[in-house]
Amino acid sequence: MAKDTVKTVKGYSIPGEGSSVLISVVTVIALFTLWWTATHMGWIRDLFLPTPEKIASAFMAAMRGDIQGGKALPEHLLWSLIRVFSAFFLAVLTAVPVGIAMGVSRTMRGVFDPPIEFYRPLPPLAYLPLIVIWFGIDESAKIILIFLACFAPLAMAARAGVRSVTIEQINAAYSMGASKWQVVWHVITPAALPEILTGMRIAIGFGWTTLVAAEMVAATEGLGQMVLNASNFLRTDIVIMGIIVIGLVAYLFDLLMRKLEQILVPWKGRA
Amino acid sequence: MSILEVKNLSVNYAGSNGKNTLALSNVDLIMQPGDFVVALGASGCGKTTLLSCIAGFMQPSEGSISIDGKLVHGPGAERGVVFQKHALMPWLSVVENVEFSLRMRGMGKAERRAIAMDKLKLVELEKYADSPIYQISGGMQQRAGVARALASDPAVMLMDEPLGALDALTRAHIQDLIVDLWWQTQKMFFFITHSVEEALFLATELIVMTPSPGRIAHRFKLDFSKQFVECRDSRAVKSSAAFIEMRETVLSLIHDAPGTHHG
Repeated sequence: MAKDTVKTVKGYSIPGEGSSVLISVVTVIALFTLWWTATHMGWIRDLFLPTPEKIASAFMAAMRGDIQGGKALPEHLLWSLIRVFSAFFLAVLTAVPVGIAMGVSRTMRGVFDPPIEFYRPLPPLAYLPLIVIWFGIDESAKIILIFLACFAPLAMAARAGVRSVTIEQINAAYSMGASKWQVVWHVITPAALPEILTGMRIAIGFGWTTLVAAEMVAATEGLGQMVLNASNFLRTDIVIMGIIVIGLVAYLFDLLMRKLEQILVPWKGRA
Repeated sequence: MSILEVKNLSVNYAGSNGKNTLALSNVDLIMQPGDFVVALGASGCGKTTLLSCIAGFMQPSEGSISIDGKLVHGPGAERGVVFQKHALMPWLSVVENVEFSLRMRGMGKAERRAIAMDKLKLVELEKYADSPIYQISGGMQQRAGVARALASDPAVMLMDEPLGALDALTRAHIQDLIVDLWWQTQKMFFFITHSVEEALFLATELIVMTPSPGRIAHRFKLDFSKQFVECRDSRAVKSSAAFIEMRETVLSLIHDAPGTHHG
């Protein structure tokens, strides 16, 4: 048919448009092949980079608990998840109200701005010794460290999110008889939700990266501790396996947060 | 019987460089139920400032606004506002937006839903009650905004260029709808536009405003909206000789006004 012979053309497009999944898959396969070849051809010594098979068997051994310390990988993972999530939820419960308060109140902004802006750029490892001195070496110190890592990005996001509300939406709410508190709760907070969720995504990432630092302090379980412990015994296979697990879990967090965004703020960028 | 009185209203904006702007100077206006006042004028003539003062979003420098003798301080549910950009809450569905004022008042769910659905019917939007705001067209969003303002049963409807961003066909359709709403409810309407045709079609009282300082330069009593209520043919009303003559009169007033900046 004549219709099918007509050449199809693309519509308008911006640079970099289109799916990049296939390219990413090819890249991952290429890296993996390079790894396999380099280790099997003896280009790299086993101590620096073991073969993929050895990583796999280290994973199986870790699942059985057949590693230094005798604890199984799921137990390490569970402890790490408990620490990160309890710190993260604590941070959400405190940082979001503080951030919104900073957004809507001059006084609160004046009070909270200096401490948050001061500690925010500090690397968690820099204040870790102080936290150990203050809170000891038990769970609370670890959770406080991760909590602090999560708090600042969340508070900043909530504060910035307050600006997403339009003056018309606020005026409309007032002219519908809403009180100031009702405006904060029913208009400003939902308007800030997209930014808060972005902040949550960043915060959980920060929390997860701080985990290894937190688990350096007298932990006997946790993914960070497992990796550190393995490095002491030059078990490169377990170190790499641990790093891969930590990376995959972080990736799963991100997927989860993106899904949550789609469910909770479907209007994001569309209103 | 309520009455809205604007007495000797002036608004002087403080400029950043020490130069103040007299946005409104000595404006007087009286409105009663069934009055449809349309404020018409070029940008900067103070029409939005006037609406903001009546809505209570802004405090005047001088003068007063009162409803039934009670001075206006701040916004209130007896004055419903429809904005130029819809200002609906995108996290709520259409009907939840309309319910907002009733929910703030603590009304029960079933009761407020019934009222909201009733208002949505008035603006022909009942089929879209559960739609998200961001999935309905601009015209529907503005109609939802009108329904939302009506939900708290205000004495006055304040409308700030609600149809300015719509295409001509949608605009004409919603104009008809607004006239019907006004006629059925007999509320006071205060409507801002810079479309002369829209102003003439809707107004029972047209106030033509001029800038620097913003003030009411001319007032006309009109009845084109009542003609529409009777004949139901807006095109016939808008193409009648009287309408066209009035349009030319008003256009020349606006163009020849001192202090008007063209372009």
